[in-house]
Amino acid sequence: MADDLITMDDLTNEQIDALLKDAEKLLPAANGEVYLPLLEGKLLGNMFFEPSTRTRMSFETAMKRLGGNVVNLGALASSSVTKGETLFDTMKMVDGYCDVAVLRHPRQGAAQYAADACTIPILNGGDGAGHHPTQTLLDLFTIKQAHGKLDLNVVMVGDLRYGRTVHSLSHALSRFGANLTFIAPPALGMPEEIIEDLKASGASITVSEDLVSNLPTADVVYMTRIQKERFPDEDEYLKVAGIYKLSRKDLKDVKESMIIMHPLPRVDEIHPNVDSTPHAAYFDQAFNGVVARMALLCYLFGVTIPEEMSQ
Amino acid sequence: MSEMRRVTAICNGSVIDHIPAGAALKVLRMLRIKGKNSNPVSLVMNVPSGKYGAKDIIKVEDRELTQEELDRLSIIAPHASVAIIRNYTVAKKRSVEAQNELVNVAKCTFSNCITNGNREPQSHRLTVISVDPLQLRCHYCCRAQDMDAIIDNLL
Repeated sequence: MADDLITMDDLTNEQIDALLKDAEKLLPAANGEVYLPLLEGKLLGNMFFEPSTRTRMSFETAMKRLGGNVVNLGALASSSVTKGETLFDTMKMVDGYCDVAVLRHPRQGAAQYAADACTIPILNGGDGAGHHPTQTLLDLFTIKQAHGKLDLNVVMVGDLRYGRTVHSLSHALSRFGANLTFIAPPALGMPEEIIEDLKASGASITVSEDLVSNLPTADVVYMTRIQKERFPDEDEYLKVAGIYKLSRKDLKDVKESMIIMHPLPRVDEIHPNVDSTPHAAYFDQAFNGVVARMALLCYLFGVTIPEEMSQ
Repeated sequence: MSEMRRVTAICNGSVIDHIPAGAALKVLRMLRIKGKNSNPVSLVMNVPSGKYGAKDIIKVEDRELTQEELDRLSIIAPHASVAIIRNYTVAKKRSVEAQNELVNVAKCTFSNCITNGNREPQSHRLTVISVDPLQLRCHYCCRAQDMDAIIDNLL
């Protein structure tokens, strides 16, 4: 792997496979059943210029479960960003403080920009509507846990234009032979350059606006939130808000093994009555953020994960 | 009348030929040649061209354009060539060379790219995906560039 993880192109399929295997091994440590201080003395910088619950907390949990430590940018209002400091200057400082940094930023390309400025590894925690590769690692892990393989029928639903999680995930899944179905209103369709890239790599892609007719053949349904914060004006948002909603009554013809995923937070795209069905995988998926990021951090620092862990 | 005789021959300097018709003013802007305080400049637009139908030509006196300066023109004048003139004769000929990356030639056309953020100091880097037709992607945000809009983003 390159020192940085900006897009899924920074990982080979073999490296992804190795990370998913490592994640499996690390489950007891992620659960807190075993203390595994493999990263003692290492410091991670959590640089979140946009709100985050799961990505920020799971990186912090992953680092601490491995005996490492974390410093946070904290609230933007109390940082020098409000004084007009550039991302370049902020990241140069973090470069000196930390051993690795996670960056989330509202502007696309911020992670690559930071990586070019820093000597420490930069992990893209989401850059505008760009990429979110560490989310993809936990998504792949969740799919593999459920199905044991990745060459499946995967239906991605909702905001595919601005949704960085589906951008990274579609790139990765296409490399493992998945059949991808993109379901979105025309205004929120998958960006043309991503479709071009996927087609160039030989991916099987179907584009549709209809969710229900695509449910029976799906192995994975990946729901996403229509992201209000990415719309230039509220009127445009209101035209598409709530367009796709999944509830228990929609699931009568689905495969028994089908799982429903969501990067969370959800608004109204998955009804709470789905939560208690065997198809709901999104809370397991959120937990897997810890274990997948533990595997990634160990890999970055060149730490070998023991095969057997004693309590 | 030959298009090269529309303006007088220059003693020393550069003649930029095969500029797409109508693009000469943009070329001047890319070469940072302004109306005031610059060397004498002659410009002809929309003259007949056997190869391209019509073209623009610029003659800049007492300034020899470098290969690097010429390569900056690949966005708007990929087939441009330069003749370096010394004592009324052509001393050197140069043509635009295809680049793998354009650095600080134009800003990314995606408004939410980090490079369009306030005062960010790193270079603007556009990766060349295809030379003919020219297709570019931003090194940072990976967005395909709007080749109509990029003319307004020249640096």
